[in-house]
Amino acid sequence: MIKVENVHKRFGEEEILKGISTVFHKGKTNLIIGQSGSGKTVMLKCLLGLFKPEEGLIYYEDKAIQHMDDEEQRALREEIGMLFQGGALFDSMTIEENVMFPIRMFTKQKKSDMLHRVNEVLARVNLENVNNKYPAEISGGMQKRVSIARAIVNKPKYLFCDEPNSGLDPKTATVIDNLIQEITHEYNITTVVVSHDMNSVMEIGENIVLLKNGQLVWQGTNEDIFKTDNEDVTDFVYSSDLFRKIREIQNKEN
Amino acid sequence: MKQLKDIGSYFLMLKRVFSSFTKGSVLRELIFKEIDDLIIGSMGIVAFISFFVGGVIAIQTALNLDNPLIPKSLIGFATRQSVVLEFAPTFISIIMAGKVGSFITSSIGSMRVTEQIDALEVMGINSLNYLVFPKIVALMLYPFVIAIAMFLGMMGGYVAGVYGGFTSSPEFVAGLQDSFDPFHLTYAFVKTFVFAFILATVPSWQGYYMKGGALEVGKASTNSFVWTSVLIILSNYIVTQLLLS
Repeated sequence: MIKVENVHKRFGEEEILKGISTVFHKGKTNLIIGQSGSGKTVMLKCLLGLFKPEEGLIYYEDKAIQHMDDEEQRALREEIGMLFQGGALFDSMTIEENVMFPIRMFTKQKKSDMLHRVNEVLARVNLENVNNKYPAEISGGMQKRVSIARAIVNKPKYLFCDEPNSGLDPKTATVIDNLIQEITHEYNITTVVVSHDMNSVMEIGENIVLLKNGQLVWQGTNEDIFKTDNEDVTDFVYSSDLFRKIREIQNKEN
Repeated sequence: MKQLKDIGSYFLMLKRVFSSFTKGSVLRELIFKEIDDLIIGSMGIVAFISFFVGGVIAIQTALNLDNPLIPKSLIGFATRQSVVLEFAPTFISIIMAGKVGSFITSSIGSMRVTEQIDALEVMGINSLNYLVFPKIVALMLYPFVIAIAMFLGMMGGYVAGVYGGFTSSPEFVAGLQDSFDPFHLTYAFVKTFVFAFILATVPSWQGYYMKGGALEVGKASTNSFVWTSVLIILSNYIVTQLLLS
């Protein structure tokens, strides 16, 4: 569980996050959604400790990241898996080396054990026979799956995903979304996904946080999102052509 | 103001490079890889340039010796002095600023653009130690490159001088041995170490703190070459003033 309490983040004069408070639940896919410039990525970087908020606290379980010493923060990072927007695979390493990287850095396992674990997670993300390929030699969707494998190889407690579907076709995007949700339930981890993709919201949004101009304007599930009268939610949802047309058809039928 | 900020960020980077060390076994592998990329990978171009520039120094010296009273051994002497004191340590370092410096900036810059550095940081790895420290250690072998450049420069001078008909072999060798001061080698290798540190850290700094996309990686590589060269020339002056004046 991650608890965010009254987080403010400023860059110079501009306040990007204006007092965000929320909870991201364990065993659920928590989504941070909002339009470009709403503060989603800044929020994610605050959660990861890459940005320090000027005010407010971010609790991992019962300890605030701001109150952790360097050693505690390092230990926390070992429990975090991250899926970056572009995959962020190390292009000088093979797929096998990429996935093995976190185990090599933080454990003292034998090479055969590490290899076993690598093959296990690659199989989990439905990738086979790619061990000796380089990231540039596989497709974007496969790169995302390798990135998921690398994120979960050390059995993290927290999984963060930054726009996991960007640049993917709808079918591959759905595969990635489902994979994230399955892994969240299977490993019982706290997953936070930053997205502005309505398909992701509908597929995996078990706890959705909507940001607008740096403020949390709505929180609920993917089932609640069509029931609410909140204007910010309807603005966001029906900015998608597809959902707007579905609503028009539904209105006509009614 | 921006320059002061840049100087500050360079020294803050150095502080972080030497803290929170990466796991020993991983670091060892990275160091060997950097030796291969930065040192072994540069040997070909260094050998080629050294040999031919040594030859050019010998020919130009010979062509400027009009006075029959000046001994032909001066060709060997001038070649040795030029190669040992300036050509091998400084000239080769400027070339290395182009070859190795651009490689370092573009590889670290690409990692920045594609979020690979963020990935290291999120994993709790000190990315500066992981990326820059192995380069500094690898470039501590740079004096070996310069020693080879010195040898090949003099060899080139010998081949051009003797086989070009400008001097005889005994005269050239006598010139090479004439008034040899071992401190000149100490001076050359002291400045080589300074240049090696600049070659490892300035391009890394340019790549690590760059912002933007692919175009900016190219710009950062160009800046890296300019700043590394400027600092090599400046430090060359300072070391020469301190050790030889």
